[in-house]
Amino acid sequence: MARIGVFVCHCGSNIAATVDVRAVAEAASRFPGVVHSVEYRYMCSDPGQKMIAETIREKDLTGVVVAACSPRMHEPTFRRLAEKTELNPFLVEMANIREHCSWVHDDRGEATAKAIETVRMLVEKVRRNSPLEQIRVPVTRRALVVGGGIAGIQAALDLVNAGVETILIERSPSIGGKMAMLDETFPTLDCSQCILTPKMVELSQHPLARLYTYAELDGVEGYVGNFKVKVRQKARSVDHDKCTGCGLCIEKCPSRVPSEFERGLADRKSIYVPFPQAVPDKPVLDRETCIWFTQGKCGACREICPVEAIDYEDADEISEHEVGAIVVATGYDIIGRSLYGEYGYGKLVDVLDGLQFERMCSASGPTSGRIVRPSDGEVPKTVVFIQCVGSRDDSKGRPYCSKICCMYTAKHSMLYKHKVEDGKAYVFYIDVRAGGKGYEEFVNRAVDEDRVVYLRGRVSRIYERDGTLFVKGADTLSGHQIEIRADLVVLASAVTAAEGARELGQKLRIISDRYGFFTEAHPKLRPVETNTAGVFLAGACQAPRDIPDSVSQASAAASKVLGLLSADELVREPLVARVNEDLCTGCFACEAVCPYGAAERVKREDPRTGAEIEKAYMNPGVCEGCGACLPVCRPGAVDLMGFSENQIYSEINVLTESFKVEDEAK
Amino acid sequence: MADFRPRIVAFLCNWCSYAGADLAGTTRKKHRADVRIIRVPCSGRVAPAMIVKAFEKGADGVVVGGCHPGDCHYVSGNYHARRRFYTLRKLLDFMGIEEERFQVTWCSAAEGDKWAETVNRVCDLVEGLGPLTTFREMGEAVSSEMREIKKVADE
Repeated sequence: MARIGVFVCHCGSNIAATVDVRAVAEAASRFPGVVHSVEYRYMCSDPGQKMIAETIREKDLTGVVVAACSPRMHEPTFRRLAEKTELNPFLVEMANIREHCSWVHDDRGEATAKAIETVRMLVEKVRRNSPLEQIRVPVTRRALVVGGGIAGIQAALDLVNAGVETILIERSPSIGGKMAMLDETFPTLDCSQCILTPKMVELSQHPLARLYTYAELDGVEGYVGNFKVKVRQKARSVDHDKCTGCGLCIEKCPSRVPSEFERGLADRKSIYVPFPQAVPDKPVLDRETCIWFTQGKCGACREICPVEAIDYEDADEISEHEVGAIVVATGYDIIGRSLYGEYGYGKLVDVLDGLQFERMCSASGPTSGRIVRPSDGEVPKTVVFIQCVGSRDDSKGRPYCSKICCMYTAKHSMLYKHKVEDGKAYVFYIDVRAGGKGYEEFVNRAVDEDRVVYLRGRVSRIYERDGTLFVKGADTLSGHQIEIRADLVVLASAVTAAEGARELGQKLRIISDRYGFFTEAHPKLRPVETNTAGVFLAGACQAPRDIPDSVSQASAAASKVLGLLSADELVREPLVARVNEDLCTGCFACEAVCPYGAAERVKREDPRTGAEIEKAYMNPGVCEGCGACLPVCRPGAVDLMGFSENQIYSEINVLTESFKVEDEAK
Repeated sequence: MADFRPRIVAFLCNWCSYAGADLAGTTRKKHRADVRIIRVPCSGRVAPAMIVKAFEKGADGVVVGGCHPGDCHYVSGNYHARRRFYTLRKLLDFMGIEEERFQVTWCSAAEGDKWAETVNRVCDLVEGLGPLTTFREMGEAVSSEMREIKKVADE
């Protein structure tokens, strides 16, 4: 027999001024199953809670309806209270008679009638609530970070320094990411490598950190607290245990190919370390270009290696790891060269992208920091910088702002002027977006101190005539078409999602937006979480982002991971789907709609034929409780705890009677 | 017809429209009191049968509130819902329930105004359509016919 208690709150005058709370309590006392119904000034206050607790014990209540504010406000309060009185917390429901009633209606009669009905619906619901136990799942105290740029490094460092063993995987041969390519950083002009490389070294030497470079994430199984990941170590053809990093093999290698790290402005060998400060500082062999692998001869590196570290038989290795949480920090790429034919991008050698210009400015770069024209090695006297190439351009399908370009273009123009004092620098811009600490001042410094000329407008075309580049564009402030004779052009190309991000997202069951950036759980309140519990985001894989933001987001993600891993067990709300195996026909329509992969197949024996059949099982550790599987379940085998079919239909069914109440009131 | 007050049932997603309705309260956006709200975890949880049941049980109009397409708290629930409801509307018409009696709104937790406006709009609209009688009368007729058949069969 149901023994329901109804507690109607005045909320001072918040409810009582509009709703006749006494009438509500009085009406509720006559609802089926209700054995106790009272009103009180503040149910959430200490005396209010005490009264509820005492009533639960005295009247031996089997369910409680608190008619007060929104359940989003105080449901946890009253459920905790129930727990203390040993009433199962999931036998408490709230009737929202404040936000949804007293605050939005003026007419006392109407509001009171609505409040009575709302309580009536919730009483019917709570009569069908069942006691639920919190779901406890064990937690593996180990984390995985995917991506070894500044965001990944920062997240991993925070984790290992807090005592959590952390695996970091990076697909290129060294950690460091895009930040390692940069010369100086805005808005302080401090040297990028000087601030990054100590972090790279610290991480690589930390006893709790395990780095897998030249490696990729092969697969992910499991769920929050209990992921099983497969890491594919690509064949390096160099045994890093034996290798001393002497570099003799690199010297001897006769095969030269454009360096990815130098963005094609210099060559590397087929056996290579991407840059001098690389971590690990040991080479890998690129089989696609190696003469041994492409033509079956050479073997120079193997001959010269004094420690016999070169192994042409080396194969990809897959290792399996258990981790409790995953941080995704796969960073960004910049827009492909082919999209902007009108800017001669990729054809005109004196048109560079931003990262190429960074390499050129870098003292450790291909020109040792001298800014020169790639075509003839001359120092350019006029450089034109073009912003928003591919960004904020709907026609190219990228209406978003790449966020970092305004600042790095200002930086580039300053670096150029510092190196070529008599040079002229022009910047074509749409708007200058310099939101950030010290950012606006930085752009002003480029204009005021370094005399960089900012022109507001787009560039329509870059073309070459007699070995000279012409940049044709509009200055929309003066209203004139202009043409600038340029020695060098630098394009601030749009930031795009990293290559392969979408495929990685599918492995991790996290969603990407239409541009391929990963989607956070909530744009404001859960910016580093994803909709897959236990998977977090850091850095530019979520949206274009500069270094300070990436670092703060990485630390935020790390702190979320630490919170998750701080307990031995994870407690989850038991509001999850359950399958009645007797009804399940094994059609797996649920599997098709479940966004979390919670619907699993379990093998059972057919009781009549003895044959092996499959039934659905909803993994409570994975299920998020959305209920998408219910409407598609034809036999009605799935139900959702807390929002069960019975509960919702009982709320609907009571409407007829409720509406009668309304009619009588009239 | 002058004193007809529509009876509207709303199924609201806990993460967006329910919170949006809360916000309407917090910001005191007054609206009509003819709506009864049932809280659900996601618009994708709402089965078409629930909507039909609400009509059967006395609702003159039904509203489902979900997250904006692309913003579903559960990734894709609102897309499933949208597809289902599209089909349902056609079916409602066939059942003698004017399509307009069933409304879907994408209303975020930040759109208290939108919720208040939706309530008023749907109430006005259903008020214009008058009480839902055909469907329920037909239901009654079918029920009594079934009783008759059963009686004959029993005899």
